[in-house]
Amino acid sequence: MSIKPISGPHVLAVRRIDEIMRMVILALLPATFWGVLIFGWPALLLTATTLASALVFEAICLKMRGVAAKPYLSDGSALLTGLLVALSLPPWAPWWIGVVGAAIAIVLGKQVYGGLGQNLFNPAMLARVALLISFPIEMTTWVEVKPLLIGPGLIDSVSITFGGNTADAVTGATTLGLVKTGFSLNQTLTDILNNYNGLLAFIGWERGSLGETSSILILLGGLWLMREGVIRWHIPVSLLATVTVLSLLFHWANPQHYLSPWVHLNSGALMLVAFFIATDYVTSPNTPLGQMVFGAGCGLLTFIIRSWGVYPESTGFAILLMNAVTPLIDHYIRPRIYGRYRNGKPLDISHP
Amino acid sequence: MLALFENPRLRGGIHAEEHKAETSAKPIATNLPLPKKLYIPVQQHVGKPAEPVVKVGDKVLKGQLLAHSQGTISAPVHAPSSGSILDVLDFPAPHPSALPIRTIVIGTDGLEQWRTLDIPSDPLQLEPEDICKRVGDAGVVGLGGAVFPSAVKLGLGRKNKIHTLLINAGECEPYLTCDDRLMQERAEEIVAGIRLMLRGMNAPQATIGIEDNKPVAYQAMLQACRPYANITVVQVPTRYPMGWDRQMLRYLTGWEIPADGRATDIGVVIHNVATAHAVYRAVCLGQPLISRVLTVSGGAVGKPQNVDVLIGTLMSHILKFCKVDMTKTARIIMGGPMMGDALPLADVPVVKACNGVLALTADDIELPDVKPCIRCSSCVTACPVGLLPLEMASRIKANQLDAAVDLGLKDCINCGSCSYVCPSNIPLVHYFKFASGELFKRQQMEHKSEQTKRLIDDRNQRMERIRLEAEAEAQRVAEARAARAAAAAQAKALTSIEEQA
Repeated sequence: MSIKPISGPHVLAVRRIDEIMRMVILALLPATFWGVLIFGWPALLLTATTLASALVFEAICLKMRGVAAKPYLSDGSALLTGLLVALSLPPWAPWWIGVVGAAIAIVLGKQVYGGLGQNLFNPAMLARVALLISFPIEMTTWVEVKPLLIGPGLIDSVSITFGGNTADAVTGATTLGLVKTGFSLNQTLTDILNNYNGLLAFIGWERGSLGETSSILILLGGLWLMREGVIRWHIPVSLLATVTVLSLLFHWANPQHYLSPWVHLNSGALMLVAFFIATDYVTSPNTPLGQMVFGAGCGLLTFIIRSWGVYPESTGFAILLMNAVTPLIDHYIRPRIYGRYRNGKPLDISHP
Repeated sequence: MLALFENPRLRGGIHAEEHKAETSAKPIATNLPLPKKLYIPVQQHVGKPAEPVVKVGDKVLKGQLLAHSQGTISAPVHAPSSGSILDVLDFPAPHPSALPIRTIVIGTDGLEQWRTLDIPSDPLQLEPEDICKRVGDAGVVGLGGAVFPSAVKLGLGRKNKIHTLLINAGECEPYLTCDDRLMQERAEEIVAGIRLMLRGMNAPQATIGIEDNKPVAYQAMLQACRPYANITVVQVPTRYPMGWDRQMLRYLTGWEIPADGRATDIGVVIHNVATAHAVYRAVCLGQPLISRVLTVSGGAVGKPQNVDVLIGTLMSHILKFCKVDMTKTARIIMGGPMMGDALPLADVPVVKACNGVLALTADDIELPDVKPCIRCSSCVTACPVGLLPLEMASRIKANQLDAAVDLGLKDCINCGSCSYVCPSNIPLVHYFKFASGELFKRQQMEHKSEQTKRLIDDRNQRMERIRLEAEAEAQRVAEARAARAAAAAQAKALTSIEEQA
């Protein structure tokens, strides 16, 4: 029997960090498999490369920090970051994009701040934005849907991912990219979107990032996490609602220039961001109200940059900007303490 | 996710594994063998310790006064059984430190001979003041764990206009079922106690709140309260810490007690259900508080059950009675597993505050590694007070105690919900208790240095006054001398003038 003085509680809940990370990864797997299914072996090779490099960079950093690597490597946080980076990449991107992305996410996004729980910005989004700005060509080359069994075989895929041999790849733009270029050619939305199929976009049968195309699979994963209590509804709902309401208003005012909510919700990284990126514990506010402000801010910035910015896809920028605001939100929005007003003063004494 | 819109009356809280089934269906054991020795600490309540009125060698009867209360907030202690006083010494207290406190030791004679009991013919016709006096004389204190002298609370209630007496039968701690069993077996006595309390405070009505995981107790209380329209029994959801009196009040009425106030400020008095039973015994039977029901449970207990125990019985005696396997016991806890104290040894006496003794195995209390905070804000969601445990802990870690106080450290009730849910197993409550201790220490130091400064100032002023007085005196002396000299000179001059004339 230990005689070390220890305070209660003497029993603990069972859910630990590693279980949470495992559940989030599990919730992302359907979307990951879908990405591999519709973009073929190169997508799988790229994902594997990114995951492996994320683990390697994490191990190196932990070694340099002089921390025991095993408990941190096994908690799944590096794996989850790596997976989120991989899902945001163009599926046929060369291997080094994955490696550099993992390096940015793990080293610059997480470990320089002091590791798990200390970072200000979402590591995966930091990597995504850094890659997009540094390697615009590689990061915006979107391959056509090439399902696993019809597309290139494993050997060809190795040369695509590791040899940069993408000569015979048929590429095109994402929906949001089409819209941006279309507007610069003075086209109207009806012209631009004459091939757009809302249902296929919802299912995910379209060009796009490796794991971001299928709204339905991401949505299901996110809802499962909510049901399990890993994430809460405040951020996803406020984020998606803000985008929906704004796009609805503008689309209603000018349907030839502003995309409908459906296109917004099923394009780019919005679903993934709403359920898996914006809900990142470390970089989002602590209180339900703060989380709703955060979500609404992400939605607002996403809509603004998508509608009037230079980049077709904006969720990464929106997230990073709101990450920067998170400490401020947490400073100003605090829960009301029992027996006190919101400003901290004790309640007035009154006989009810 | 189902709780999309949280009930504003029910903030935070957790649902831990209950472990109540082991003991809730078994009757309270009243056959605990009388121990050879009873150890009765003179401080078992909030306030000043009681002052012993017996000396070594005295013969005492069961229920006889051992130490009388000191000051307004205090409570007496009585002999739990008949016998003789063996010693008055410092004995390890049932506290994580097990530091010794003043304790009266009785060698029992096995006769269980009561002192003459003062049993009123109709207790409910007693004057309110008389009820309070009897409750105070019987040494009744809050048995929910706070051990505040009940008579003081009743007196406060009488002075402030009380509209509701709230009886807290939440018993939200896992494992504990002593209140549950008490209500199942002695509902009518409890209701009699509640009626006495109402009369003692001139309060019109009472509400009993019972967590909905005690359906049998609820039915028993409902049955017992049927004749009395002014006592209502309400089921409340099972969510720790529902038994936090302020949470119970908020849930049942929607009112909150102001942070710097008491329940009486808003016209409410809250008593524990076991206290109501003790009041019944004190007034109707004339018996002081010399025994209580406590739960003995946990993975290492062979015969988990509720036991009616004399105050002063050593816990080791009870553990043996309940067939505890000490080799499997990893931790002994007084109270529940959420807020109870880990005891370094089992040879400490049962006191009035003790509602349970748990012998937990290593499996019950697994101790995983502490990981960094990932700001998941589970603790914020779980906090029933509305605090930010993760922020407070990070301030305390950086030794910024004032910042932690600004975040509401002093409003923390140490319920442990935050530590319980933390996926990184950060001992948040430990941080808060440490900080509170540090703040107390700092306050003591400040007080001390202020006192010192005041004494120095006083001394300086006194010295200055003495100096000034001395100067004034010297001046007066000089002036007087000068005046005398002048007078002499004048007299001399006059004389010479006269001579000349």
